[in-house]
Amino acid sequence: MPRYFTSEHEWIEVEGSSATIGITDHAQEQLGDIVFVEVPGPGTTLAKGAEAAVVESVKAASDVYSPVSGTVSEGNAALADEPSLVNSAAEGEGWFFKIELSDPGELSDLMDEAAYKDFLVELG
Amino acid sequence: MVPFAGYSMPMQYEGIIAEHLWTRTHAGLFDVSHMGQLTVDGSEATGALEALMPADLAALKSGRVRYSLLLAENGGILDDLMVTNIGKDGEGPFRLVVNGATKHDDIAHLRANLPDAVGMACHFDHALLALQGPEAAAVLDELLPGIADDTAFMQAVSRDWNGTALLICRAGYTGEDGFEISLPEESAAEFADSLMADDRVKPVGLGARDSLRLEAGLPLYGHDIDTSTDPVSAGLAFAISRRRRDEGGFPGSDNIARMLAESPPRSRVGLLLDGRVPAREGAGVSAGGEVVGQVTSGGFAPSVESPIAMAYVRDDVAKSGTEVTVNVRGRELPARVVDMPFVPHNYRRQGGK
Repeated sequence: MPRYFTSEHEWIEVEGSSATIGITDHAQEQLGDIVFVEVPGPGTTLAKGAEAAVVESVKAASDVYSPVSGTVSEGNAALADEPSLVNSAAEGEGWFFKIELSDPGELSDLMDEAAYKDFLVELG
Repeated sequence: MVPFAGYSMPMQYEGIIAEHLWTRTHAGLFDVSHMGQLTVDGSEATGALEALMPADLAALKSGRVRYSLLLAENGGILDDLMVTNIGKDGEGPFRLVVNGATKHDDIAHLRANLPDAVGMACHFDHALLALQGPEAAAVLDELLPGIADDTAFMQAVSRDWNGTALLICRAGYTGEDGFEISLPEESAAEFADSLMADDRVKPVGLGARDSLRLEAGLPLYGHDIDTSTDPVSAGLAFAISRRRRDEGGFPGSDNIARMLAESPPRSRVGLLLDGRVPAREGAGVSAGGEVVGQVTSGGFAPSVESPIAMAYVRDDVAKSGTEVTVNVRGRELPARVVDMPFVPHNYRRQGGK
């Protein structure tokens, strides 16, 4: 399954017309200890770039923007009880939400893993 | 690393929660060299400083430390600080430790207001290390034998360490037992390394410094106190010594005396929130559908394992146990007013605990 990345440090894994979205390991490292995550509920319609989720670390609250447009099919309920999953497994069990893509063409704007790695190197 | 008060400082090392919990159970080492260290001396130093702050310095014995406030003419708070008498009983010289972000303003304020006969030295070439936690005394005692028994909370002593003069004050900003150690910058790294060589010590960054002081109920200047707040509303009336209340003669003393007599229209309280969503600075506090105050600092408290906050609220809801709500991202989250500190202080006071 292809996995894409954004310059806002989100990952999106696509399977057919569905996708799973989370924040990258780099992002969780920058945020530090995560104490609360608010994910969108099923049926939420998100436009590309819209506020989709909120991550609260000990330090501060951060918004997570949807990298694509679509309708949310599921939020990760496990994060309610165990927000630290985002720290321990940002790019796995710590996923945020699943979405039905309304415009798969938007994926072409995103980075693949190699491009994201280069992007991180550039950030220093 | 983050910019803070003109310095590049570590936000965290291992992680804020781990560093926080380590400090509550072992010993955390903080580099707080950004703070301003000043010495005020001269035959008129006591009276000159008393004209700027409400502490009873005439009664401050040698080697004793007081928390005090630099006050504006209206009683607003210019800064909070620690004053140590490093000389003779009631006479000084006095060592002042002020906030890093306000130190240049404080120095200008002191220069403008201290008479010529009073000298002031700014120790920009001195580092300040804080060793905090229940094991801090045992750790420091290995480097400086006897220090654990020779000092109690809010006492200071001078010590020599391998030819370096240390000024050690048993106080801190975490609610735990601990020390703040002032020393020349050229010796700071070696001294810090000696502390770090002890397995009970881990380095702690600004993030945990903030969460520790929040749990301890200690205000942060520029957030919980500033020129728009006064000592009485801020719950810092303890910093106004008995003699000074009676005699006045410090900036804003008339305003402050009135507030002490009448109780202030709003006061700084602790809030314990339900759930896990932290409320941050600026969040509105409501009761009975009415906005009654505002959060001045807040976050997730690692030892309490809950979100907590400090807020200024209207007098009628300031009582402990009052149910309120806090507005976070458009939602009213249930919370209640609680006594501070959120975590009991663990100071080692004179004569045992």
